[in-house]
Amino acid sequence: MSNILEVENLKAYYGASQALHGITFSLVKGGITTLLGANGAGKTTTLRAICGMVRAEGFVAIDGEPVTGKATEAVVRLGVGHVPEGRGTFTELSVEENLRVAAYTRRDKAAVARDLEMVFTYFPRLKERMAQQAGTLSGGEQQMLAISRALMLGPRLMLLDEPSFGLAPLIVQEIFRIMRRINEEAKVSMLLVEQNAALALDLADHAYVLETGRVVMSGTSAVVKSDEQIRKSYLGY
Amino acid sequence: MATTMTTGTDTVDRAVSARIDARRGTPWWIWLGIAFAALLPLIGGRTGLISNFYFLQLSLMIVYSIAVLGLNLLTGFNGQISLGHGAFFAVGAYVTAILIDRYEMYYLATLPIAMLACFVVGYLFGRPALRLEGHYLALATFALAIAVPQFLKYRHFEPYTHGVQGINIFKPDPPFGMPLSPDQWLYLVVLACAVVMFIVARNIVHSRMGRAMMAIRDQPLAADTMGINSARTKSITFGISALYVGLAGALHAIIFEFVSPDSFRFELSIAILVGAVIGGIATLSGAVIGGFFVQFIEKYADAATKWVTQIVHLPIELEPWTIYGIVLILLMYTMPMGVAGGFASLWRKIRPPN
Repeated sequence: MSNILEVENLKAYYGASQALHGITFSLVKGGITTLLGANGAGKTTTLRAICGMVRAEGFVAIDGEPVTGKATEAVVRLGVGHVPEGRGTFTELSVEENLRVAAYTRRDKAAVARDLEMVFTYFPRLKERMAQQAGTLSGGEQQMLAISRALMLGPRLMLLDEPSFGLAPLIVQEIFRIMRRINEEAKVSMLLVEQNAALALDLADHAYVLETGRVVMSGTSAVVKSDEQIRKSYLGY
Repeated sequence: MATTMTTGTDTVDRAVSARIDARRGTPWWIWLGIAFAALLPLIGGRTGLISNFYFLQLSLMIVYSIAVLGLNLLTGFNGQISLGHGAFFAVGAYVTAILIDRYEMYYLATLPIAMLACFVVGYLFGRPALRLEGHYLALATFALAIAVPQFLKYRHFEPYTHGVQGINIFKPDPPFGMPLSPDQWLYLVVLACAVVMFIVARNIVHSRMGRAMMAIRDQPLAADTMGINSARTKSITFGISALYVGLAGALHAIIFEFVSPDSFRFELSIAILVGAVIGGIATLSGAVIGGFFVQFIEKYADAATKWVTQIVHLPIELEPWTIYGIVLILLMYTMPMGVAGGFASLWRKIRPPN
């Protein structure tokens, strides 16, 4: 099995309304795949459906293990680090406590301590802010914290929901550089949802374009980038 | 530029260290306070400065502190609102009273049983209530508070509960012929229970479990993505919270020597919630202030209103409980984070730079 993530004919619903109309895609182990699309195309819903956070039908497998219908925490325990939309900072907890919450499922204290050190090599700024209340961090720092928290789960696959949202371009570049390092050094596969298509296509090797809950185009990033329709709609040149 | 930046960091550092102080370890003055409280029967009892009646009052205050602490674990640290914790107070009180009255059990031995019973009841109630959030959970717990006193009056339970008449039990004498009055002895028992329960609460809050509780409160979706089993954590928290309130109820039964369905009316649930909010939600020290508030301000609101009318010679007749309302409004306006929160921010303003 060389695919870390396998999604077949995935449908998802919010109450009575259907948000995903049977999408199919896969993610190669060690790769970075991006889901592009306008607001409401179903990108966030796809990530949530994989994690069992919305009502979903179809087939999802993490590293060959079917997870459709499983509870979120059960999917997470298979090694899926979800960096949620809006960062999901535990605002009243300190930075350190946020990271320790992420190690909730892990009993091996030595490994947790090692991962904490690893996180700080990626984001030294968080080490300086260890004892600070997480709600008082800047937006960029909170995004770093969200990614670090997902890392503390010891993930094989990371689901990143708009890590660039609401951040200054310089910070976004820094965070994307670190994401590449994490992918290469910690061998974490990534499924990236982004509004900023140019940035996402630079980082990812594969891309899927969603429109109203359906995949309308897919391919390697280079192919998607050169498509005229995509260029006009998403890249703006 | 450089100077402003340094000042900025200093302020942050100071706020951070204040936070850490509050989280780790117990300051010496708290232990001093506990030691003083423990010596009170010797000081007050011997000199006759503090009557048995006041020891009873102090015991009740501590009992309410334990109850407020229990609700605070649920509402403050886990974000679940309960308008019905009086029900668990009643369950704890009745378990103890029935065990002493009908089974002649040693009073201290009834405490763990009452706590366990309340944990189970709380857990079982919390489990289905998981589907309810915010207002709906408040309503469900409200129903519980209304139902339990009726349940206690139920005819077929009368052999155990004695129905509306309630159960009379008797104050135990101090063991080993200690030179203490029963009220002084029970005050020490209650104090010891409270110290243990506060230490346990502090350890829970700073444990893996506590972090999970707060994560669920702050960001329920993100908490799930951390691998936290929200359903399990929330129902266990509900159970622990009920256990605390149940212990308070059990102690109340012993020091009050009496339980009856009408001692645990809906107002009790509200009183515990008001105590938690006034003391400071999501603070441990706030529970002591909350207990003080429940016992002294609330219980004497009526008397205080009459007293103020006389002292100030008000031309108008004040309604009973007017003072209570005024105190409540003033406290919430001046200290929206509760008294503990208010003092903490005051201390940050006046504390000398380190």
